[in-house]
Amino acid sequence: MTYFEFLAQYGDRILSGTLVTIGLTVLAAILAVVVALAAGLMRMAPNFAVRGVATVYIEIFRGTSLLVQLYWIFFVLPLFGITMEKFTAGFVAVGMNLGAYGAELVRGAILAVPKGQWEAGLALNMSPAKRMVRVILPQAVLIMLPGWGNLMIELLKGTALVALISVADLMFQVKQINGTTFMSAESFGTALIIYYVIARFMLTPSMRWLERFMRRKMGRA
Amino acid sequence: MFDWRWDFTWEILPRLIVATGNTLLAAGLGYGIAVVLGLILALAQRTPSRALTLAVREAVEFIRSTPLVLQIFFVFYVGPQFGLRLSPWTAGMIAIGLHYAAYLSEVYRGGLESVPKGQWEAATSLNLSTARTYFRVIIPQALPPSLAGMGNYLVGIFKDTPMLSVIGVAELMHTANAIGSETYRFLEPYTLVGVIFLVISLPTAAGIRLFESWVRRKLGMK
Amino acid sequence: MMTNESMSDFPLKLEGDNVPMVSFRKVTKSSGSLVVLDALDLDVAEGEMVTVIGPSGSGKTTVLRMLMTLEKINSGVIYVDGEPLTHMPNGSGLVPADSRHLRKMRSKIGMCFQHFNLFPHMTALENCMEGPVHVLGLSRKEARERSEELLELVGMADKRDQHPSRLSGGQQQRVAIARAMAMRPKVMLFDEVTSALDPEVIGEVTNVIRKLVAEHNLTMLMVTHQMGFAKDISDRVCFFYGGSIEEQGTPEQLFGNPQKERTQQFLSAVKEAI
Repeated sequence: MTYFEFLAQYGDRILSGTLVTIGLTVLAAILAVVVALAAGLMRMAPNFAVRGVATVYIEIFRGTSLLVQLYWIFFVLPLFGITMEKFTAGFVAVGMNLGAYGAELVRGAILAVPKGQWEAGLALNMSPAKRMVRVILPQAVLIMLPGWGNLMIELLKGTALVALISVADLMFQVKQINGTTFMSAESFGTALIIYYVIARFMLTPSMRWLERFMRRKMGRA
Repeated sequence: MFDWRWDFTWEILPRLIVATGNTLLAAGLGYGIAVVLGLILALAQRTPSRALTLAVREAVEFIRSTPLVLQIFFVFYVGPQFGLRLSPWTAGMIAIGLHYAAYLSEVYRGGLESVPKGQWEAATSLNLSTARTYFRVIIPQALPPSLAGMGNYLVGIFKDTPMLSVIGVAELMHTANAIGSETYRFLEPYTLVGVIFLVISLPTAAGIRLFESWVRRKLGMK
Repeated sequence: MMTNESMSDFPLKLEGDNVPMVSFRKVTKSSGSLVVLDALDLDVAEGEMVTVIGPSGSGKTTVLRMLMTLEKINSGVIYVDGEPLTHMPNGSGLVPADSRHLRKMRSKIGMCFQHFNLFPHMTALENCMEGPVHVLGLSRKEARERSEELLELVGMADKRDQHPSRLSGGQQQRVAIARAMAMRPKVMLFDEVTSALDPEVIGEVTNVIRKLVAEHNLTMLMVTHQMGFAKDISDRVCFFYGGSIEEQGTPEQLFGNPQKERTQQFLSAVKEAI
């Protein structure tokens, strides 16, 4: 079988797998950003308990493997009465994992905003919440965006693991195809190239665009 | 807790601890490969040849932006297609070593670039050879800023070893899966694997931070 | 723009009486469309102290950096001690120098930088010993004696075991001078060595250079903004403007009675700044 015949026969499955991978990536990214913002801010809360919850979450998810977390969420959580469909379990695991890394990024960026900005907010008699939302966060976003670019690639790569709980993503499809055809170079090679194209020509440029957009919006073009 | 069985826990713990040895071995071997190969990839991007620089850069980008688990499958299954049979350990070490070499090469590159140009100029003015300049002047200064990144990836490679289970390397995750399919109990093995990872990775990360500041002091840099 | 005159205009070697220690012959350097140095001719005699002054962007630092082979030239030839530096003889003509020739010629030249460029992970003494041991091949004992002597000369003997991060800017620069001197160069280059220093420590560095001028028969080229210092110790001062020498002469001539309008403007602007 030539490579073209291979593509003609399995192109559909590879394409549908790719779409599932993109869907997982988008959903996991949204979850990661939301969780990262919440946990990052909670880590800086004055309240000990709030800070503790965020710290435990971050340390557990950064201290163990994504694969362990995925299996735990899919196989163990049901024992506690929380049952998720495998697709949901997949993007939740990836999103929660990357969210923990993102939380540290959020915290670092907030701390990197110059002290004078906090003082200026105080001088205008803004409430702490208002100061955070109106003054600090917009500047922190600019600082953390390059870091998020890297995290998004990690996130895309992380989604490949959900194939191991049989979510029919790109990784899963090529693994199946390899199982029936034994055309390993063609199946896995095609998938490698597709992941690369998504990362390098879709994710990275859109993160760059977002950076430029935010920069312009804040008059730092 | 819900359904936690301590007797079962004690029964499987020895098996998991033995598997932890394999996990640590895999992480150590993989990291050893990555540390050396990463330096080669970093230095290859500093030769006068622009073509070589671009080719290596693109290869590093490729490895960094594709999933490790897919790379592991690729290395393991593509060999036999061309008559080259690799054991799970060999294939796993090649894949994970190469993957982290790509990451480490970026760390080294950053470290090397952080050394001020004036250091090269001073070395030239003293007529030091290129090799001597690298080993005596540049690399000692590139090392401290690289340590944090190198430490992160040491912990990173350790946490990525469970992926080796997909081709049958008998590390922690593989053993936990085996226990699960033998006993139909997942709570204890998967939770224990998580705890073992935490117990190793958190102190290691802290230790690396201490080591980093020690090296800085040792080299007279604050 | 670049006149690519035939290399046969340049001799393989400078011979005869009074061969200058440093000789720039029609040296041109450009980067992009900007001409940094335009067919520069400059001779420096053995033992002479020449100071280069001029506005920023006039090419004065480039002169030193080319002599230290930190930058390549586009045309012309530089000779040091009678031998071509940027080129080497090949048969009957000159060809661009290879790295072996450069290494050989570089041993005649030492340089001190604006930002000192000490190796931060080595102590003052180790900085001074690095070159003598690993380039000149001296034994550690000889290198140590030589380095300690020079650290004594620059008044840094008591700080020999300190790392640069523990030293002030003035102290670092003095160590840097000792480090360059330890290679026993014939030509010493000082590139704005006081520009990065706090005003109160400039004196400790200029005093060391005064001492070198008084006690050693070194050929020196210096770029500086310290006009008073330049006036005191130079044999000759060159005013650079737009990539070439606008005017040169003894300090008395150049500072006391400048002929060219641009020189006058520059000197009065500098005086006002002080």
